[in-house]
Amino acid sequence: MDNAPLLEMRNIKKDFFGNQVLSDINLTLKEGEVIGLAGENGAGKSTLMRILFGSDVIRETGGYGGEVLIQGEKADFQSPFDAIAAGIGMVHQEFSLIPGFTATENILLNRESKKKSVLSELFSDRMDTLDRKDMERRAAEAIQKMGVNIDGSMLINNMPVGHKQFTEIARELSKEQLKILILDEPTAVLTEKEAEALLDSIRGMSRRGIAVIFITHRLHEILEVCDRVVVMRDGVVVGDDPADKTSEANITKLMVGREVSIERVSAEGEEKKPEINEENADIILSIKNLWVDMPGETVRNVNLDVIDGEILGIGGLAGQGKLGIPNGIMGLYDAGGKVVFNGQEIPLNSPRKCLDASIAFVSEDRRGVGLLLDESLEWNISFPAMQVQNKFLKKYLGGLITWRDDRAIHEVTKKYIDELQIKCTGTRQKAKELSGGNQQKVCLAKAFALGPKLLFVSEPTRGIDVGAKKLVLEALKSFNRDNGVTVVMISSELNELKATCDRIAIVSGGRIAGTLPATVPVEALGTLMISQVV
Amino acid sequence: MEENSINSSGRIKGLIQDFGLPRLIITGFLILLLIVAPIVGADLPTQISNIINRFSWNGILVLAMVPMVHSGCGLNFGLPLGIISGLLGATISIELGFTGPVSFFMAVLISTPFAIVFGSLYGWLLNKIKGGEMMIATYVGFSSVSLMCMMWLLLPYHSPNMVWGMAGKGLRTTISLEGYYKEALADILQINIGNLMIPTGAILFFALLAFLMWAFLHTKTGTAMTAVGSNPDFARSAGINVDKIRLISVVMSTWLAAIGILVYEQGFGFIQLYMAPFYMALPAVSAILIGGASVNKASIMNVVIGTILFQGIVTMTPTVMNNMIHLDMSEVIRIIVSNGMILYALTRKTEGSK
Amino acid sequence: MNKTNLGDIFRRFSVPLMFVLICAVCAPISGLSPSYLANEIVTRMGRNAFLILSLLIPIMAGMGLNFSMTLGAMAGEIGLILVSDWQIVGIPGMVLAMIISVPISALLGLFCGKVLNMAKGREMITSYIISFFINGIYQLVVLYLMGPVIPIKHSNIKLPRGYGVRNTVSLLSMRQKLDNLIPLTIAGVKIPVATFIVIFLLCLVIIWFRKTKLGQDMRAVGQDMEVSKDAGINVEGTRIISMVISTVFAGVGMIIYLQNMGNIATYSSHSQIGMFCIAALLVGGASVDKASIGNVFLGIILFHTMFIVAPKAGTVITGDSMIGEYFRVFVSYAVITVALIMYETNKRKNKSRAGEELARAQEEENEGAA
Repeated sequence: MDNAPLLEMRNIKKDFFGNQVLSDINLTLKEGEVIGLAGENGAGKSTLMRILFGSDVIRETGGYGGEVLIQGEKADFQSPFDAIAAGIGMVHQEFSLIPGFTATENILLNRESKKKSVLSELFSDRMDTLDRKDMERRAAEAIQKMGVNIDGSMLINNMPVGHKQFTEIARELSKEQLKILILDEPTAVLTEKEAEALLDSIRGMSRRGIAVIFITHRLHEILEVCDRVVVMRDGVVVGDDPADKTSEANITKLMVGREVSIERVSAEGEEKKPEINEENADIILSIKNLWVDMPGETVRNVNLDVIDGEILGIGGLAGQGKLGIPNGIMGLYDAGGKVVFNGQEIPLNSPRKCLDASIAFVSEDRRGVGLLLDESLEWNISFPAMQVQNKFLKKYLGGLITWRDDRAIHEVTKKYIDELQIKCTGTRQKAKELSGGNQQKVCLAKAFALGPKLLFVSEPTRGIDVGAKKLVLEALKSFNRDNGVTVVMISSELNELKATCDRIAIVSGGRIAGTLPATVPVEALGTLMISQVV
Repeated sequence: MEENSINSSGRIKGLIQDFGLPRLIITGFLILLLIVAPIVGADLPTQISNIINRFSWNGILVLAMVPMVHSGCGLNFGLPLGIISGLLGATISIELGFTGPVSFFMAVLISTPFAIVFGSLYGWLLNKIKGGEMMIATYVGFSSVSLMCMMWLLLPYHSPNMVWGMAGKGLRTTISLEGYYKEALADILQINIGNLMIPTGAILFFALLAFLMWAFLHTKTGTAMTAVGSNPDFARSAGINVDKIRLISVVMSTWLAAIGILVYEQGFGFIQLYMAPFYMALPAVSAILIGGASVNKASIMNVVIGTILFQGIVTMTPTVMNNMIHLDMSEVIRIIVSNGMILYALTRKTEGSK
Repeated sequence: MNKTNLGDIFRRFSVPLMFVLICAVCAPISGLSPSYLANEIVTRMGRNAFLILSLLIPIMAGMGLNFSMTLGAMAGEIGLILVSDWQIVGIPGMVLAMIISVPISALLGLFCGKVLNMAKGREMITSYIISFFINGIYQLVVLYLMGPVIPIKHSNIKLPRGYGVRNTVSLLSMRQKLDNLIPLTIAGVKIPVATFIVIFLLCLVIIWFRKTKLGQDMRAVGQDMEVSKDAGINVEGTRIISMVISTVFAGVGMIIYLQNMGNIATYSSHSQIGMFCIAALLVGGASVDKASIGNVFLGIILFHTMFIVAPKAGTVITGDSMIGEYFRVFVSYAVITVALIMYETNKRKNKSRAGEELARAQEEENEGAA
């Protein structure tokens, strides 16, 4: 028994509805060992951790293959509570704290120290009174274990972000049975100093025998604190090396280093587009000092020029601000700075002004912003064009009454259903009844119907199957080629950007880290991606 | 064969789910009442005229729910605010000395600016508190009714037909419309066949407003209103000024409530002041829900069906029950059915939008 | 920083301050003697405090103002009607009525809690409609089932037609039995000592309850259901328990209320009680998500002073007694409306403030860069 590693994951496989996201993952973890888990977004890190933590999502989507062994014994967690009982703790990216409670109360949430009372005999142990003194002692102990000083009696509301993060960690440490601690990007919200303190406390935990799985995009932190670095890409472990035998450059290469499989697909008879010449190209959109307050996707001081007729890709890790750029320009989130389109300044914070200037946007939040789920495809496709450009309307009484032209709407919807091969039962089908890929096509059709000069497309292939992916990208390319529309495509997948775009701008830490032609090797883009990560 | 039967039973289940069990029960109940009525000796034509009459009184008040539901403001529990605009129009019209059908026309005219002003303020408030509309709407309605209770006493009304005879000031709780606009609409083209009486004018008036509402929902602004209700984020990203559209819907709803109460009064024959408008929102809310609307979807058909079903039950139950077991439980049944229906709608998950 | 804090404090206590003003203006005009006022307020304190205290627990559990406390009130009334028919008098009658009301309240609270769990995010409007719905059921029971199904013997309770309960049921046999159990008069003010003791005990229970594990769970659930669920707290169960407790307390509170009044208005006693209790609590400085025992007592004093003096003052000023009556009704509704609006706008303000701060930080940085 003693020889068995603390944790062993064997041949873990997972698919979401036929979409393989993890294949044959093997991972071992010894007592007190700290491993760093690196990989691009969508590489499968989170899914793997969810399996380990017994997440409901995993079970609801058909479970996983392979086995998880804890100290040599097979574990089959039915819920996160089973995982917690087995000694696994997890600190998520989003805080899971009660704002009006003190740190102590949060650390011991639902595990409070109790004293028996008369009524608890009568009813249940929920009538026990809380033993505040003992709670303070236990919380202080956990805080001390962490090695960072936070005030146990302080309300979460009044805490700086870093202290909230430490409170979460202290909560995990206060669990006596804790053996494995998963930290999912814990330093993302910390100042440099706080991050240093956290790394120290990870070392401390390791000395106490607690094994830590540390997920971060800040590679130098991994190298500093971890014993081993595990790199994942596309659901496979591509590297598992001792930290002292690898380097940042090495890890980056492993993270993004797939040979590009979908090389610029040139359809038959496609005319080769002339190379974009940056020097004397027409700038159609010029962004100066843009800041956008989009929660989780903050943009800081972005300067970017878009050349007329190109497909510009914007890439970067999740949370670095690439999504904030189109959302901010289109007025969906608070933004400031200067945006000039076609020689004319576009006022920010007004979606209407952008649409009037012939800029269209396909949102990454398909269900939340992109679609009227309860309405027909006809409405979804025609609505913005109708409202902004008075298309599909009939006028009566000398323009006094503007009547919806249902026939024209039907025609245009049919046209796009054919053109984009949207699978549906008819133009009147409700948008919520379509699959993700077809919903995405509806979003594109909606933007196409506006006949824009410039089109922002945000994460066009997120969550859709391979076939639809290809179709969507093809549609974008032909829209760009045939109609001369400039396209700005935002995507997390570098290879997709490389296959579709003319130039690629990489966002890191809310800023543009660099703009490169799409022909550069993917490693160069990967390096930029993590260059200014906050 | 078997597969087919499974399919069809599944389809029936789907239909029931779409239609909603409570709605089914209510429809069944009304049909049962209509069948039982002649058997227990109630005069069916009288009953049917009753239902048609009550429909003509209440239809527009129910119609007033439609715009706010469409724009996503939820059920307009603040209906009393619009009713007050109507009451102001009615009392001022009489105070100014208009009589006969003209007084109805004038009441409509005078209540319109009130409805627009009150509706705008109300809409502005509802835009500040998106998400909590229904509860606040309820209490805005209550507050305005109780404020007006004081106003009815204090405002300088003098018409002897309206003020208390003794004091010479302060409006009465109930004002007869005899000589003013009692049945002003109902009398137009009225049809009488035996015991069957159809207030054609009032029904045509409802039909006119319902048609206008239907037409509005087919215009550009109407389409935008539906989209705002369906998904405000979508509408915003399509360049729609969501707050403005919501404000328009609230003003429309308030104005329709004002007209609705005037039509109600011309049928009923009396103006009811003070606490009378207090609970008027609830029957209208439950009627449209019974008609098949949900918290964020409603159509003209829902209004028509809902009003007929609701008023049918309200008018039929007492007579049938009385004739059957000499027991008038109609009030209790009305309370349980109407509030049960609202509860049912509130506990449904609002589908789609997010 | 200090300035905003002062502003916040002022905003928090704006409603009580307004009431102090109204009372200060109206009391002298009304011409009521201080001793009369003191007597009235002490009586009303005994009458209402228990009922209002029953509102505290759902607020703690984040379910807002419990408009369906009327459910408990109805259960209390049913208990009292039955006990008066059985002719059990005095304190034993009251105790028995409470014992009868508890299971009914608990059942209604359970129903209410379950329904509210299905309508998360719109608890208040739903609980408000529940109170109407159950009122229908209550009428069904009291008006039709009492007599044929639930035996009612005495003709002073039964309607002459042979079933159903009369509009008023006299509680002469219990009238102020609890209030007068321990007689005490200080400076001409009659003090219902025993009632106050019961209220005091309830306060102790509530204070103690806050310190229990269940109380802690309720506070957690009230602030964030998701986090509580992740921590393994049974969120829905906890919410149901809070409704059950509130309804049971409301039932007992109603019995105390009615023993003071001395009769039951069978079909209307409960209908306004929820509104007045909620208004009083809000006047005491409570909000939709925060209320304390102090708010209850301050609220009763201010709200009921206004309630007593407003009609008199109104009569003196306008010569019409109805004005004052309507005024106090208006004020009750207006207070609730304002509290609800403040609650909703505050929720939004907190959100936008976070955004503003981020934007400002970036702007500063931009300036630094430029």
